[in-house]
Amino acid sequence: MKTSLSWLREYVELPAGITASELDAALTNLGMEVEGIVDQAATVSGDLVVGRVLTIEELTGFKKPIRFTTVDVGRDTPQEIVCGARNFAEGDLVVVILPGGELPGGFKIGARKTYGRNSHGMICSAAELGLSGDHSGIIVLPADSAAPGVDARPVVGLDEVLIEVEITPDRGYEMSVRGIARELATYFDVRFTDPAEIDAPGATAGVPHPVEIEDTVGCDRFAARVVRGVDPDAPSPEWMQRRLVAAGIRTISLPVDITNYLMLELGQPMHVFDLNRLQGGLVVRRARPGEKLTTLDGVARSLDAEDMVICDETGPISLAAVMGGETSEWQQGTVDVLLEAAHWDPVMVGRTARRHKLFSEAAKRWERGVDPQLPLAALERAVQMLTSHAGGTVDERILDINHVVPPAVVRLPATLPSKIIGLDFSAERVAELLTKVGCDVTGADELEVVPPSWRPDLLAPIDLVEEVARLGGYNEIPSVLPPAGSSNGLTAAQRQRRSIGRALAENGYVEVLSYPFVAPGTADALGLAADDPRRSAVRLTNPLSEEEPLLRTSLLAPLLGTLKRNLSRGRRDVALFETGTVFLPYLTATAPPVLGVDRRPTVDEWTAANAIVPEQPWHLAVVLTGDVDPAGWWGDGRAASWADAIEAARVTVAAAGLPASRVSVRAAEYAPWHPGRCAEILVDGTVVGHAGELHPSVIAAFDLPKRTSAAELNLNLLPAAPVIDATRISTFPAALIDVALVLDRTVPAADVQAALAEGAGELLESVSLFDVYESEQLGAGKRSLAYKLTFRAPDRTLTSEETVAARDAAVAVTASRFGAVLRGA
Amino acid sequence: MSYRNDPYDPKQAVLLAPESLESAVAEAEKAFAEATDLDALAALKPAHLGDRSPVSLARREIGSLPPAAKSDAGKRVNVARQAVQAAFDARTAALEADRAARVLVEERVDVTLPWTRRPRGARHPLTTLMEHMGDVFVGMGYDIVDGPQLELEWANFDALNIGPDNPVRGSSDTFFVDLPGLVMRTHTSPGQVRTMLDRQPPIYIVSPGRAYRTDELDATHSPVFHQIEGLVIDEGITMAHLRGTLDYFAKAMFGPDAKTRWRPHYFPFTEPSAEFDVWFAQHRDGPRWVEWGGCGMVNPRVLTACGIDPAKYSGFAFGMGVERTLMFRNGVSDMRDMVEGDVRFTTNFGMES
Repeated sequence: MKTSLSWLREYVELPAGITASELDAALTNLGMEVEGIVDQAATVSGDLVVGRVLTIEELTGFKKPIRFTTVDVGRDTPQEIVCGARNFAEGDLVVVILPGGELPGGFKIGARKTYGRNSHGMICSAAELGLSGDHSGIIVLPADSAAPGVDARPVVGLDEVLIEVEITPDRGYEMSVRGIARELATYFDVRFTDPAEIDAPGATAGVPHPVEIEDTVGCDRFAARVVRGVDPDAPSPEWMQRRLVAAGIRTISLPVDITNYLMLELGQPMHVFDLNRLQGGLVVRRARPGEKLTTLDGVARSLDAEDMVICDETGPISLAAVMGGETSEWQQGTVDVLLEAAHWDPVMVGRTARRHKLFSEAAKRWERGVDPQLPLAALERAVQMLTSHAGGTVDERILDINHVVPPAVVRLPATLPSKIIGLDFSAERVAELLTKVGCDVTGADELEVVPPSWRPDLLAPIDLVEEVARLGGYNEIPSVLPPAGSSNGLTAAQRQRRSIGRALAENGYVEVLSYPFVAPGTADALGLAADDPRRSAVRLTNPLSEEEPLLRTSLLAPLLGTLKRNLSRGRRDVALFETGTVFLPYLTATAPPVLGVDRRPTVDEWTAANAIVPEQPWHLAVVLTGDVDPAGWWGDGRAASWADAIEAARVTVAAAGLPASRVSVRAAEYAPWHPGRCAEILVDGTVVGHAGELHPSVIAAFDLPKRTSAAELNLNLLPAAPVIDATRISTFPAALIDVALVLDRTVPAADVQAALAEGAGELLESVSLFDVYESEQLGAGKRSLAYKLTFRAPDRTLTSEETVAARDAAVAVTASRFGAVLRGA
Repeated sequence: MSYRNDPYDPKQAVLLAPESLESAVAEAEKAFAEATDLDALAALKPAHLGDRSPVSLARREIGSLPPAAKSDAGKRVNVARQAVQAAFDARTAALEADRAARVLVEERVDVTLPWTRRPRGARHPLTTLMEHMGDVFVGMGYDIVDGPQLELEWANFDALNIGPDNPVRGSSDTFFVDLPGLVMRTHTSPGQVRTMLDRQPPIYIVSPGRAYRTDELDATHSPVFHQIEGLVIDEGITMAHLRGTLDYFAKAMFGPDAKTRWRPHYFPFTEPSAEFDVWFAQHRDGPRWVEWGGCGMVNPRVLTACGIDPAKYSGFAFGMGVERTLMFRNGVSDMRDMVEGDVRFTTNFGMES
């Protein structure tokens, strides 16, 4: 909403010297978002005066015609000024900026020599003053409009303070000078004059034009008046045009400008029909599906059964409340006009505006709510303005079909505002503040409040509490901490996610937060099998990019994209991790049950509704490429490999608080990993994720460096961290024995280690693999695994016999299970 | 060792003479002092403390003395021997100390050499900032809750008094999917709806997390962004409590000078509603008010839709953008830096933000 201070001042007695910042604070504290307050007078500094052109000397010999003028600017001697414009004559009144002044854009004016003459100032165009885009010539003022030498700012309208505010959707009344002036009057506690409080005649028995309303829900009021024989060429007055332009509205013609002016002033959108182009009486009704109407913007529209239309005998002639039609609108030469002021259903208008993408100034107001008691006052104002500027004869008959339901009484316990706001407001104070916004208030303990017609948003007690808080001043509300809640602290899963994030970061991984949007070809690029459930993805119906309409079912695709971005920016060694949710749709999704808002859903309803919500587990993924240990003065680096990815998975599970004894790793074949270099990670025997080197074809499809490795775990599958039983620490000495076992190389080391542990029994404190060795001597397909076994008893020093016996028992299990042979034995 | 077979000869008792012993001690001290390393010192030991050293030989002569003189002579020999031994020990200690000091000098390294053999990673500042914010509220007795990001339209809109005709429910603001009744949540508030359906008041929760709106990515917008929203429902909750909570939170985040300023606003889910600014003294362009978020008293319609009796309970809600907070708090000038995942941006923050 754009308006000007002078317009507001017509209806509110604002303090004379009010500053822009005071105005800003007032509007802000009233709940309007101030987009800008511009004092136009300050945009031109120095002397901007009216001048009378005394002499004009045409200078020739230059590329364009130039004039050397003398101008009376109210000083002893005429001012000599060189001017390039030609749209003026001797004796004309013009606008002159004198040396020392500055035009908008920092254009400083001085005395200077140009085209061989001395020029002391400049004769200004409207564009140079920032008034309009009119560069066609300098401003020529109406004869005798001002005396030479006076300040030209008020003469050209450069004395306005322009105000632009954003109005919240609940406060339609503020979309008008009337509404803003009323608010400011309340804020500053000064006098307000309601521009709608005029003596407007009511409906007459006869009507100026027949009108029938078929749908009084869509249109609960329709008023109209007729003026005949207006001067079709009468221009809109200068001041009106200026205010319309300042408000961002194009000037069109006197009748249209008047309706727009009154819309800005009162908040009542109106429409001007050419009476002679109407074919018979008007009917206000819903459109028939598919009915056609060409609106004023030249667009042929197909209408919806919810749209409201105004029809004559030819069919729809106006898309009600939103935009008029081409065939009935005022046009050049119209002499008989029908002025319409109606009241439309805000919901209908909102839907129609969105459906047809027509967010007109009228639609914006209807959607927020317009005072239904305005039509007659608005019509009276319009008729007066029209006849005073363009003559014509007013038809004394007035049409007013009125089905408006008066506002309902709101019963407000007088203590409710204090209870909600936390600041004491007496019943008298509550009544006083509500009266200020236009309510009728009666009663004491329970106030009976009748909201004013322009406040359709005041329906419930809480709406009134808001007005009390707002007018009482939000910043008066004290700052008090509520009683403390009783927190359970972070949940087990929240603690796990934090620990995992820290652990991976300490292990060299950098966290990223990728968008969850992926391309349809991603499943193929990842090499997912035809029946892989990860192929089933939720699709955005209005994605920002048609290329990435799917929601991720794995973190890897977006993460690989982020990896590539880092590589493309020159990084070679990159290790990334991400924790985030994936979206796993149910294949048989149906619409959820319709849930109301007047009560909580029943358990069954809520369960049924949630049955369609896709599962969205938290995942953790890492990707890495390049050197994981960089080369340096200490020696060579080490390239990232499948082993690092698997270790990242182990780190993750360990950081989640799960002891290694519950975690196992085994070979797996799972896309998008290399089938021979992929591990599945198990916790308590359940697969929680995969890790290893990516499949070469995936690496090729994503154009990644060779051997790029990755891991992805479903964190929702991780059990909560258990309470850990303490280990008894034995102080007796340990006995260490190394064993090297020769086995088929296909036997997993993890299984061998488990067998050793099983066979060694309770005396085994730890077992660790310290060498993996293959050679011709061992034989094809064989390898040697060397383990260090540490034995210790809790209550004694082990004898060498005991230790050897335990070692032999450990080896025996590997021998019987895997055919292991003790090397060198 | 032929001396054992030497015939007894009292005239040989000359070594026991006091002057002889004194000179033996002096010679030993001099020799030891001249030894420059422990090996040289060790080589001198037999000559001055060995079996053929003057003090050892002198001890042998005691037997040849008359009984009356033996005791005195024995004392003198002992004194002399202890003096030689002491000189040896002192010199040994000195040389060992020298050697230890020399080793320390020789072992000196350049401690400024880098040791980035296992480079440290980093956590995303949005994550750590959300954790920081969440922790402040946990300290105030709040639980941290989250909900699905692909959410029921009812929970995202209807239950929050955002009616079917509200423009934000259009496809120009909200992401819709090919499953009916679901949207990408446009705020984290539906998580609060779920909490209200799950438990009865008192409720003290914050919900940090991801939300989605159909804004193209630019310097100040992202279609995927993070919020932290708070909800308190209890008996007797007022706007003053909301203000107290926001002021406390602002101070916890930005220091003791921080405070909030409210502007009346409209949100469907709260009434009265406000937008609030925070006084941010550390702003890179000087102390100033910074727009921070929205807040208000939970609209009774929301309570009703979630099965909480608005006649008995009242509550407040608030929310702020995590990206926005990071932008003014840490001077991030471009939203894209938080989104693109460039490790240089994140590594700069390390483990905290």
